[in-house]
Amino acid sequence: MANMFAKIKWKHFINYIVVAIAMIVFGVMSLTGALSSSTVYLLEKIAIAIILAVSLSVVVGFLGELSLGHAGFMCIGAYLGGKASLLLEPVMGDGFLTLIVSMIVGGAIAALCGAVIGLPALRLKGDYLAIVTLAFGEIVRSIFMNTKKESFGGSLGLETPRYDKDILFIIAFVFVLITLAVLQNLIRSKHGRAITSIRDNEIASKATGINVTKYKLIVFTISSFFAGIAGVLYSFSNYTVQSSKFSYNYSIEILVMVVLGGMGSINGSIIAATLITFLDVKLQTILTGDLAVLQDLFYALVLIILVIYNNAPALKGFRETHNLKVLLDRFRKHSPADRKDDEAKWDRVPTKISMDEVLSVDLQPQTTYTPDKPKKEGK
Amino acid sequence: MSTTVLKIENLGISFGGLKAVQDLNLEIKEKQLYGLVGPNGAGKTTVFNMLTGVYKPTTGNFYLDGENLTGKAQDVINQKGIARTFQNIRLFNNMTVIRNVMVGLHNRPEFKCGVFASIFRLPSYYKTEKAMRQKAKEILRIVGLEEERNNLSCNLPYGKQRKLEIARALATNPRLLCLDEPAAGMNPNETADLMDIIKFIRDEFNVTILLIEHDMKFVSGLCDEVTVLNFGTVLAQGKTRDALNDPEVIKAYIGG
Repeated sequence: MANMFAKIKWKHFINYIVVAIAMIVFGVMSLTGALSSSTVYLLEKIAIAIILAVSLSVVVGFLGELSLGHAGFMCIGAYLGGKASLLLEPVMGDGFLTLIVSMIVGGAIAALCGAVIGLPALRLKGDYLAIVTLAFGEIVRSIFMNTKKESFGGSLGLETPRYDKDILFIIAFVFVLITLAVLQNLIRSKHGRAITSIRDNEIASKATGINVTKYKLIVFTISSFFAGIAGVLYSFSNYTVQSSKFSYNYSIEILVMVVLGGMGSINGSIIAATLITFLDVKLQTILTGDLAVLQDLFYALVLIILVIYNNAPALKGFRETHNLKVLLDRFRKHSPADRKDDEAKWDRVPTKISMDEVLSVDLQPQTTYTPDKPKKEGK
Repeated sequence: MSTTVLKIENLGISFGGLKAVQDLNLEIKEKQLYGLVGPNGAGKTTVFNMLTGVYKPTTGNFYLDGENLTGKAQDVINQKGIARTFQNIRLFNNMTVIRNVMVGLHNRPEFKCGVFASIFRLPSYYKTEKAMRQKAKEILRIVGLEEERNNLSCNLPYGKQRKLEIARALATNPRLLCLDEPAAGMNPNETADLMDIIKFIRDEFNVTILLIEHDMKFVSGLCDEVTVLNFGTVLAQGKTRDALNDPEVIKAYIGG
């Protein structure tokens, strides 16, 4: 057991730790009344965005399938979770228990829908799957829009019970931690390797004996479960659920978070989700009145800048030479012993190599040239 | 007389009007090294694709250890014991070398660990993970890639990528290993090295090997028996030296 703890890779836990610290700090602040209600609302929105982005990142970044129906699953969770809490309230009271049960109900039904949709849809690939999921999201949205007022509120939206904001926001963060734990543990296991192998080369994956359909279905189901959970959280945080919120625009917004954070990077998705949500909400509060028309413009501009910063080759090179690690290394290099070593190495670099020397290398095994030695490329 | 591992009966496939392979009959004995040769477009890879379930044969059947596997899904066929490598390398490029092999170990019964056990990190997760890593290292040592186990597989040179494909196929614990041009793109030293590795693998893992290759030195140095295909039909079959010296075969290869 002790050995097991010694071998823990702290790198793998950094995101739990950061989220947990954020939860504790903000939790204490909100309980002591140091946070305004708009900040609490922002934090809830960030937590919801993180759950959505991380769950979609497993589908897009690890399984390698493009899904544009994530808002659809969220919609199912929001409506059914909200409805469940309305139905459960007379039986179980308006406390903690109702909240948790309705969240699980919303998540489970979204997962079931994910499985049912996934079964036929996952036989498709790439763009075709993207279009089917897009259509699915729109179908779900318009079904809820056209329900009767008594059942799901119709176009007016569904009113959900009001829970204590402080508790809700802590629960949201707990669910962020659960999402991270489940999805990261799945990815960092033999099943995760199978999933990643499908992304890298589906044909080879099948030939290696991986049941591709099974794994696609598992990932799709788990991902829609968490999308459903995020939907329920959203419905409680907003007090009402309006189907117009879950249009394909929102699916694409989640996809933007995943792409911006980097495909196949869970931590990246968390950071991108936080940034984008923060930006979105802040722009709405800063640019009011006549300037409100500029909200979308600024949002789009920042997105473009972020994507270019992430992916332009010139900027990538710039970041490689100007990051914190390089800076620290440079400080370390200031000890005289290191510098001497460096100079000595540069002296030994031959300025001119004749072809004879190159050809003679093979004939003289005592030279240090070893063609088979693997090159350690810095990554 | 040793037992028959693979038996192919009248196997054939046509794409529309094109008969890519027809009336292929062959029998491979246990621990045999069997060659499948022929000019470009003869249908060799199509035979592999049928044996591994990529294509469903239109006629005929094939049996592995007496069990009919015709028309089964790819992953099922692999789990039953036919593993393959690809002519154009298909590795999991964004994964490290050792993980590529660990994907191959996925379905082995000794490394069973359910999705729930993985998510909740039950003790069985730690146990299988450790055992898989150990086994993968062992397999990599055999093909000589242990040193590179933590490199990304796309950064390996061509010859080593081919070896890694063999290692991954081997990890699935196959009865029959199908190698599609294993020596393509290798230099003569690497080819000689590969011949030793293939022989070693056969003896160490008790695996029967069916291989496609254009390098005739490689084939005649390695295979006991060959089948020569041309335009989807069998030109010659039998002991390697006799089949390759068949006048029909020479005509197909160099014209006459």
